[in-house]
Amino acid sequence: MTEVLFFIEVVVAGLLAGTMYSLVALGFVLIYKASSTFNFAQGAMVFFAVLAFVGFMELGLPFSLAFVVTVLLMVLVGFCTERMVLNPLMNQSEDTLLMATIGLGFVLEGLAQAAWGVEVRRLDLGIGDFPIEWIIDVFGLFVSALDLTAGIVAAVLIIGLALIFKYTRMGLGLRAVADDPGAASSIGIPLKNIMLLVWSAAGVVALVAGMMWGARAGVQFALVDLALKALPVLIIGGFSSIPGAIIGGLIIGATEKVLEVYVGPFFGGAIEGWAPYVLAIFFLLYRPEGLFGEKIIRRV
Amino acid sequence: MEQKVNNKNVFMGYTRSDLTNFLIVMILSFVAIPLLVKTDYWYSSILIPWLCLALAAIGQQIVMGYAGQLALGAAGFMAAGAFACFNLILRVPDIPFFVALGLSGLVAAAFGILFGLPSLRVRGIYLMVATLASQFFIVWMIDKFGWFKNYDTSGIITAQDIVILGKPFTSPLEMYFVILVVVTVLTVLAVNMARGSTGRNWMAVRDMDIAAESMGISLLKTKLQAFAICAFYCGVAGALFAFTYLKSLEPVAFDIKLSFKILFMVILGGLGTISGAFIGAAFILLFPVLLNSIGNNVFHGAIDATIISSIEQVVFGVLIIVFMIYEPLGMAKLWGNIKQRFLRKRSLQ
Amino acid sequence: MTIERNFPIGEPVLEVKNISLRFGGVKAITDSSFSVLKHEIKAIIGPNGAGKSSLLNCINGIYQPQEGSIAFKGEVLGKITPNLIAQKGISRTFQNLALFKRMSVLDNILVGRRLHMKSNFLQVAFQLPKARSEEKANRDKCEEIVDFLEISDIKNTPVGKLPYGLQKKVELGRALATEADFLMLDEPMAGMNVEEKREMCRFILKVNDEIGTTMVLIEHDMGVVMDISDNVVVLDYGKIIADGPPDEVRANQEVIDAYLGVSHD
Repeated sequence: MTEVLFFIEVVVAGLLAGTMYSLVALGFVLIYKASSTFNFAQGAMVFFAVLAFVGFMELGLPFSLAFVVTVLLMVLVGFCTERMVLNPLMNQSEDTLLMATIGLGFVLEGLAQAAWGVEVRRLDLGIGDFPIEWIIDVFGLFVSALDLTAGIVAAVLIIGLALIFKYTRMGLGLRAVADDPGAASSIGIPLKNIMLLVWSAAGVVALVAGMMWGARAGVQFALVDLALKALPVLIIGGFSSIPGAIIGGLIIGATEKVLEVYVGPFFGGAIEGWAPYVLAIFFLLYRPEGLFGEKIIRRV
Repeated sequence: MEQKVNNKNVFMGYTRSDLTNFLIVMILSFVAIPLLVKTDYWYSSILIPWLCLALAAIGQQIVMGYAGQLALGAAGFMAAGAFACFNLILRVPDIPFFVALGLSGLVAAAFGILFGLPSLRVRGIYLMVATLASQFFIVWMIDKFGWFKNYDTSGIITAQDIVILGKPFTSPLEMYFVILVVVTVLTVLAVNMARGSTGRNWMAVRDMDIAAESMGISLLKTKLQAFAICAFYCGVAGALFAFTYLKSLEPVAFDIKLSFKILFMVILGGLGTISGAFIGAAFILLFPVLLNSIGNNVFHGAIDATIISSIEQVVFGVLIIVFMIYEPLGMAKLWGNIKQRFLRKRSLQ
Repeated sequence: MTIERNFPIGEPVLEVKNISLRFGGVKAITDSSFSVLKHEIKAIIGPNGAGKSSLLNCINGIYQPQEGSIAFKGEVLGKITPNLIAQKGISRTFQNLALFKRMSVLDNILVGRRLHMKSNFLQVAFQLPKARSEEKANRDKCEEIVDFLEISDIKNTPVGKLPYGLQKKVELGRALATEADFLMLDEPMAGMNVEEKREMCRFILKVNDEIGTTMVLIEHDMGVVMDISDNVVVLDYGKIIADGPPDEVRANQEVIDAYLGVSHD
């Protein structure tokens, strides 16, 4: 019985950790949906946003004000990216855009470190990384409060974004732009505003993801590498699907934890470093468009 | 306007200007530099890592610039080559160094084929993620299985001395010559492939895969071949890098950051040119040196070293964006344009 | 109209039987059969979206038809891939240009010589005599093609920088370089002016006459089609509605309806 409970605990911990990957992946999906651009800099945005947030807190700003200022900063980042990187590269090949966003990632990482230094910061959200007592009492499971909070925050963000996509005029415009930017702008949908909105939304998502990661692992450069794991998440879920980002994150989170706990010890551990990528390769072989992605038909 | 060039083959398919360029580079690198450069610093901190990384960049160039496959795992293949070389010299008595080096390249090539397999199904970012698997897996494997490190627990293993025909090559200048010979040979081979039917097949796959296939090019063979050759070059480069520059073997030296560095060399240097690999490697390597010396000499250390490295990162990032916008073919193309403008001006006079 | 031909029209060389192709729920080709005779020039015509290019893409192995079979030179082809088709001796051009944009004109045409170049990458890397002589022989062959198409002044220009009409010519050159005895040309004259079209027709007829290459071409210009083709297949909504000599097809009521747009219900 305890073994079963332990297994459930491992899976739950993995799922909750997976929501963190989902949060990072969500930022990728937002931008990909709107502009078919694969934003490699999303991981750097996570790092940049949370480092800025901690930096503002250190300047003495209260939590809420620091949050607002950081959001504004991310909107500015989105604005500059749209004007200075994406706009000049319109109609370029996907690979060119991808490389440009790799460059953007380096710029953001460098700027963040130049402005706020390289030392590891602690971020205290007032939520400890310790088991919740009533869950232990009721289910006999150890579930971290921080993990659970991250899960709930992720759920709220995702539902919120899904509603915005579905029911607002902005969301409708966004879907139109995603479908055919030329046609959308020709009927008067403000392409630039929509791109700015999307990049800002991606910035906010990055900030939230960064806060969750930062609270757990400290605000440090390693966040960028953690954010890389959002890539296999996207491959599993499909680049253009919000539910895909969530399910992909959960699959990666749960699988890597289970593998680490049950298989890892035979190989000296640390297989979570590569297991998600190998898992992604298997998905690529059988379902290259991801679980929720649209099937790509190449026309000649 | 077409630039009138002397296309006449003089020797083995090379034009006169090819041969003069080759001769100039050979005299410079084998005679002039050893005569003029006397400080060890230049060899051990600039020339040796430059040549090693340029070799790896040629590999990346072949798979990405020529065959058009977005791969991001050069450092993984370098690690495979480095540790293969270490183990071959350790376990095979009296193995000649160049044989060990070649075999290390082949070991890396085997990994290249294995992790190149996803390229048959996917492209672009998808392929990039798949090749990241090789990066993380290879480094992890070497780290976790004690055999590869000869059960050394300190984490850092000293590389063996390079011994060729009984003579140890241990001074920076001696090692420079060893690397120079390897790099020269492999560069000539790469240029031959790139200009010949092999390179045409790669570029055809890069530019329009369906048309390439319709002309009878096997995508499977061509892509895997490019991955294998890329990994071979990276493997040899990794072995040289470990044995002459790092002088030690540690898996962490071959992390994802090194892969990004090599990717940047190729992008900034210029996709689809062998010379771009050398230009890009020089830039990526020299720019931080320049920045540091500015920090030390102009600001007298007033700027923190971490800030300098952050600035370096920002500059690399900005340059990539700028090149993608204005000259996606990189510095090699820029240099070519300048040269052409200069030649035209001269011919007008 | 019986002019003596160097290569008189012979037996069927390509036989397409009951091909059906669907993309999801959309039917691109329905139960279509036709054959191409040795040494003939066969045109495929039809309104936009009739499935002409899809038909070529099926023969070429880019699309896999759900039903039907394709036989070439009497041999029923199983799983068809573009690579296999090239080896069987069928070459083609593409509707929307599929050139290697960053490569020079000569290099593009040299890729067409792929199946004539047998040396492996090591022989090329070390420039062994076999690789060198092979490279030279094939380069000379491509120079000939470049001269034949009258594009030798641009042979070192990257193809992506050329105007559309010239790119079409380069693509024809690449297909010719394969020396395939069966050539499929997908709208070789699209976007050309009268002058350019006349020139292209001349090349096509010359190749057919001098080398005896069997040709299948898709073309919209009815004048051109009637002038140069021996037989015409008419496709409409993925179905073959006529197949025969140009004069016969021109008189066919169904064809006239299809082109004048009589409603289908």
